[in-house]
Amino acid sequence: MSKSLNIALLGNPNTGKTSLFNQLTGLNQKVGNYPGITVEKKEGIFRLNRTTKAYLTDLPGTYSLNATSMDESVVIELLLNKSSKDFPDVIIVVADVENLKRNLFLYTQVKDLGIPTVLAINMSDQMKRKGISIDIPLLESKLKTRIALVSTRENKGLDLLKELLINYRQLSILPTFKIDDIDQNYFDDLKKAFPNQQLYKLWLVITQDVNFAKIERNKITDSADFSTLSETHLKKIQQKETVKRYQLINNILKETLFIDRESASDLRFVLDRILIHKFWGYVIFFVVLMTIFQSIFDWSSIPQDFIDNTFASLSELVKSKLPDGVFTSLLSDGIIPGLGGIVIFIPQIAFLFLFISILEETGYMSRVVFLMDRGLRRFGLNGKSVIPLISGTACAIPAVMATRNIENWKERLITILVTPFTTCSARLPVYAILIALVIPQGSFLGLSYQGLMLMFLYLIGFGMALISAWILSKTLKIKSKSYFIVEMPNYKLPLLKNIGITVWEKTKTFITEAGKIILAISIILWVLASNGPGENFSKAEQIIKTNNAELDQETLANKINSFKLEHSYIGILGKSIEPIISPLGYDWKIGIALISSFAAREVFVGTLATIYSVESNAEETIKNQMASEVKSDGKPLFNLASGISLMLFYAFAMQCMSTLAIVKKETNSWKWPLIQLLSMSLLAYTIALLTYQILA
Amino acid sequence: MIPLDQLEKGKLATIESIDNNQLPLKLIEMGCLPGTNISLVHKAPFNDPLYLKIDESHLAIRRETAKHIFVRLIK
Repeated sequence: MSKSLNIALLGNPNTGKTSLFNQLTGLNQKVGNYPGITVEKKEGIFRLNRTTKAYLTDLPGTYSLNATSMDESVVIELLLNKSSKDFPDVIIVVADVENLKRNLFLYTQVKDLGIPTVLAINMSDQMKRKGISIDIPLLESKLKTRIALVSTRENKGLDLLKELLINYRQLSILPTFKIDDIDQNYFDDLKKAFPNQQLYKLWLVITQDVNFAKIERNKITDSADFSTLSETHLKKIQQKETVKRYQLINNILKETLFIDRESASDLRFVLDRILIHKFWGYVIFFVVLMTIFQSIFDWSSIPQDFIDNTFASLSELVKSKLPDGVFTSLLSDGIIPGLGGIVIFIPQIAFLFLFISILEETGYMSRVVFLMDRGLRRFGLNGKSVIPLISGTACAIPAVMATRNIENWKERLITILVTPFTTCSARLPVYAILIALVIPQGSFLGLSYQGLMLMFLYLIGFGMALISAWILSKTLKIKSKSYFIVEMPNYKLPLLKNIGITVWEKTKTFITEAGKIILAISIILWVLASNGPGENFSKAEQIIKTNNAELDQETLANKINSFKLEHSYIGILGKSIEPIISPLGYDWKIGIALISSFAAREVFVGTLATIYSVESNAEETIKNQMASEVKSDGKPLFNLASGISLMLFYAFAMQCMSTLAIVKKETNSWKWPLIQLLSMSLLAYTIALLTYQILA
Repeated sequence: MIPLDQLEKGKLATIESIDNNQLPLKLIEMGCLPGTNISLVHKAPFNDPLYLKIDESHLAIRRETAKHIFVRLIK
């Protein structure tokens, strides 16, 4: 009979915890949710031996069981919830051999929960170079557990670790530390009031309630024998606990850890001098950013064109092979283009995650955070807001998720609220076609007007993000203590396996999660566009044929399609908002594209393609069609004024349901996404209106 | 004894005392405790944030936080 074991993986950030997870599980892992940077519960499966299967949960990196961020609260919630199906039979605490003291702090806390705990000391390959030696048997007896020295980089020590895990029942579950020692009176009272509870767990629940008052949890209320203490008093006890635990660890390490100080490395020193230099540091960061943007847009264009063409021809193929009918139309005009709209983002998303994971793995990202904190703080942001703001240029969804490691709630909220201003890749096709249409050829100082316009749109996106952050920081009345702690990890060569798995997992989850929404919307759009009330829609063919008997087949078919669209539900919707958008220089057709764009921006081009009843999706043909559109006075509909107005509308409007959904999830309320939707749309409208009225 | 934000770059010091009410628990848990060796590795432009080495940990914190840590130079 095969057995199965629940294992939880815990550790400080930058200990190689995720590397160990990847080494153990390979690609047998799944991420529970939207992609982020190092967030959410990751699960994987591997075999311990022929008969035992292990279910491994990779918990977010944390320095302590006293959670101060949402990520960390995931850890404590799992470890305190005995009834959870993921509750671990055994825990692995991963420690970095170079910073054993701080890592053991977390270990002693975890050990005191009474769950069997194995200590995996990682980066053992560094021991010789750094002159570190450890008396393992003595350390094992002091820590009351078994230890595996592992090296995820050299793939060593994993067999011993697996063996310890299989025999987890032999591990001691005694605590390392007597919690009563901290404050005898307080803990005596606690024991009297809750005689059947494990004291340390009880203590954790009490203090977590203080830190996480917002999160629902059964609070421990005052009872006859026990009165709750003030937050400051509890914090004092927590600090005492910390001091006592460190004393214990110091005493243990004095006897078991030996470091020869002579052999310290200076790679950190040399690289830091360049990478966080007060001038060159910024230059290097700017070059890194430019390289990322360049590759996201240039290198992705080849696979994207290929994907675009493949889906277009697939659509054609379906149309020509299957019999005409509702099903064929749904497939070729709804589902296939909808899927294409998702798949086309794979190259950009994959490149973005590739770069971000390289920046994180090497340790460079922390240096950027360090360099940018002061500047961003002026706008009410945090050095850690850099990562969301960069990620936002690909997609706001992973960017909003990446705000989770910002400890300060106000700075985090502001980052979430302003991230959608950064120019995400979905705006790019819209900009591309409008720029080609209304910005003249020609150049200024060797830079083309069209290129400059695109650059201007990127800058204005960042600029608006900063301005609104500043306004929010002045207006939001949220009290949260501002603090900022960033670990500056050692520089490391990134592990190819880690990067590969990150890119694969994150891209996959993005596609499935965001894909569901985009697909659903394209089906809804199709339904709205292929149905309509009244005779104008149902008898479109007859009406057009009688009125235009002289036209050839193709023109006739096009005329019928656009007539049908005009009288479909979506056409009626477009017409009904025309009075609102005509001061911006748009007609009802653009109105339809705007409405459909509220689901996802990139739908704009596709919708216009449908509206102008162009058979092929090729950009040139849509462009020509758009260029020949005229207003009632005979002038072109897309001119400099309406074009720029439209681009600015897209730059500022909150036209992405998936982002709203993720903001709702991350802020745990509908208030913030609604505020975002209303204020961004209002801003977009006002600016587009002013632009058109001034330029026209 | 001086507040940490006045420590010169490159000098080694020991943490003498910390302001318990002002310092985030997380920083204390990361090893910022009295008796620990500390040095200032780098300063970001405009002297903020500060890049510190506390025992074996390399951390960056803001100047306003550093004011609540008091250190004594090691000769």
